[in-house]
Amino acid sequence: MKKLIVPALLAMMLAACSSTGPDATGAAVEDRSGAGVATVTAPGATGTGIAALTDPNNILSKRSVFFDFDSFVIKPEARPLIEAHARFLVQNPQMRMLIQGNTDERGSREYNLALGQKRADVVRQALMLLGARESQIESVSLGEEKPRCEDRTEACYAENRRGDMLYSGEF
Amino acid sequence: MKMIISAFRLFIVTALASLALTAQAQLSIEITGAGASRFPVIIPIFENEGRLPQSVTDVVRADLERSGLFSLVDMGPLPLPESVMPDLAAVRARGADAVLTGSLIPMSDGRYEVRFRLFDAQKQLELGAMALPMSPAQNRIVGHRIADFVYEKLTGLPGYFATRIAYVIKAGPNFELQVADADGMNAATALRSREPIISPAWSPDGQSLAYVSFEQKKPIVYVHTLATGQRRVVANFKGSNSAPTWSPDGSQLAVVLTKDGLSQLYAINADGSGVRRLAQSAGIDTEPFWGSDGHIYFTSDRGGSPQIYRIPASGGSAQRVSFEGNYNVSPRLSGDGKLLAFVTRNAGRFQVAVQDLATRQTTILTDSARDESPSFAPNGRMILYATDSGGRGVLSAVSTDGRIRQRLTVQAADVREPAWGPQIR
Repeated sequence: MKKLIVPALLAMMLAACSSTGPDATGAAVEDRSGAGVATVTAPGATGTGIAALTDPNNILSKRSVFFDFDSFVIKPEARPLIEAHARFLVQNPQMRMLIQGNTDERGSREYNLALGQKRADVVRQALMLLGARESQIESVSLGEEKPRCEDRTEACYAENRRGDMLYSGEF
Repeated sequence: MKMIISAFRLFIVTALASLALTAQAQLSIEITGAGASRFPVIIPIFENEGRLPQSVTDVVRADLERSGLFSLVDMGPLPLPESVMPDLAAVRARGADAVLTGSLIPMSDGRYEVRFRLFDAQKQLELGAMALPMSPAQNRIVGHRIADFVYEKLTGLPGYFATRIAYVIKAGPNFELQVADADGMNAATALRSREPIISPAWSPDGQSLAYVSFEQKKPIVYVHTLATGQRRVVANFKGSNSAPTWSPDGSQLAVVLTKDGLSQLYAINADGSGVRRLAQSAGIDTEPFWGSDGHIYFTSDRGGSPQIYRIPASGGSAQRVSFEGNYNVSPRLSGDGKLLAFVTRNAGRFQVAVQDLATRQTTILTDSARDESPSFAPNGRMILYATDSGGRGVLSAVSTDGRIRQRLTVQAADVREPAWGPQIR
C-alpha cells in the first residue's frame, strides 16, 4: 500500500523528466493548450523469492494449475502440486499466497476477469481444504491481461487458462 | 466531383502534416465508410487567418469531413469575412447547401476574436453566428468548437468534436493510459505502467478517469485527476476490484468486487468510502454501466450464459435486457437513454450491436470478429470500440445506423479499451 497516492508535485516532475527522454509522447503533453494531462509512472511491486520455492528440482517451484475451456474444475494431474503447496502453507503459517486466475483472450475483458476469479477461487478452496488458513491466501484475477503465450492457437489458449500461486515477496 | 476531390486532398494533406508534427504514438484516423447522403458545405479560410501559425478552418474541415455527414465544396482561396453577406447564389452554383464565413479580429492582448456566421444557401437565411476568443495556440480547440457549431446547426444534434477520448496502448511490455482529442490529436499519457491497465471511465465533469490498474499484481480501482496526475485508490478490497462506472452526478461509482465471493456489483463513494452491495446473484455480475435513465446495466451469467440485465440504481430487482444469442456483454447506454450498445457473439464472432430499448430491435453494426468495449459519443450518434486489424489492436468508430465507419490506429502498438469522454460546455 506504499506510495499509492502520488503527490501532484511528483507527477509534474515525472512529466518533466519524461519530456527530456527519448519517448516522444512528452512533447504532446506540453502541446495541449486546454486542460493539461500530467504523466504518472506507476510504481511496480518487486520482491525476492525463497530458495526452496525457486529450486527447479522442488515441486514447490511449479506454480501453475491449468484448466479446460470454460471449466473451473481442478484436473487430477494438478493434485500433487496443490498438496505440496498446501503442506508448505501449513508448515509456514507466516507465509502468504496470492493466487492469480487467468483466462484466454476471447471475449470481454471484464467478463474474463470474473471468470479468472472463479479459477483462482477454486485453487484457494482446494488449498484450504488441505489445511491452509483462509487468512494466508488471497485469490485475485488477471483475466486475459497477462497471457503467458500470445499466439492465437488452441495450445496457447490452454497455456493461458490457469491459476498461478505467488508467495509473499513475489507480489 | 472535382471540388470534392480537392477538399478531400486538403484533408489528406492536413492529416499528413499532423502526422509529421507529432510522435509515433499519435492516433491516425482513416475513414472507411460515410453517410448515404452527405451535406455539401463550403468552409472558406477566415479573414486574417494567415496570421496564425496553424490554421483554424483546416481543423473545422477535417472534423466535418471525418464525421461522414458532410462533403466539403471548394470556393477558392479567398476568405469570406462574416461581416459581408455572402453570394448565396454562387454558393448554390457550386453545389453547396451551406457556407460558413468568418474573420479573426486582433485584440490588444495578442489574442484574436474569431467571429463566424453560417448560412443556409437553399433557404437563403442565416443559421446563426458566434464569437470566440482565442490565443494563436488554441487553433485546434477553437476549430473543434466551430465544427460543433456547424454540426449542430445543420444536423440538429450536438457536435462531439471538442471532446476527448481515453484509451490504453500496449507497446511491448509497456502499457500507457492515454488521453487525446476526439480527432486523435494532442495525445498525452496519463499513466505509464509495466502492468495492464483496463476499463477507463470518464467522470461526468471530464476531469478524472477511473480505471483498473494491475500495478500491485491484482486489479485495483483508481481515480486519477488528469490535470494534476493525482491518483487515489477507490477500491482495494481482498480479491479483485474492477469495472468502474460513474454515477451521473459524479458522487459515486459502481464497481465489481469479489470480497464476498463471486464477482458482484457494489456502489462506493468517489472517495472510496461507504461501500454497499447493489445486487445479489449466484453467478457472475460484472461490467456495470450507470445510465442516465437511473438504471445500472450490467452483464450477468445468472441465467446460464452471459446476458445483459438492469437494476434501478436505487435498488430493486433485476430485469433481463438482452435475449438473442448466448453471449451478450459490455452494455453501454446512449446519453438519451434510448439505445443500448453491447458486444454480441454471432457465429463465433464478437461484434458491436445496438438495441433500441423501446422496440427491442437489435442491429449488429460491424462485420469484424473481435470487437470489445463499445462507448458512445456524447451525442449518441457514434460508437467507439476496440477491434482487431491484421492481428493488431485498433480502435474503430461506427455510427448507430452502421453507415459511417472510421479506424484509429497507432503505429507499432496495440490500442484498446477506448472510452469517449463527456461533452463539457
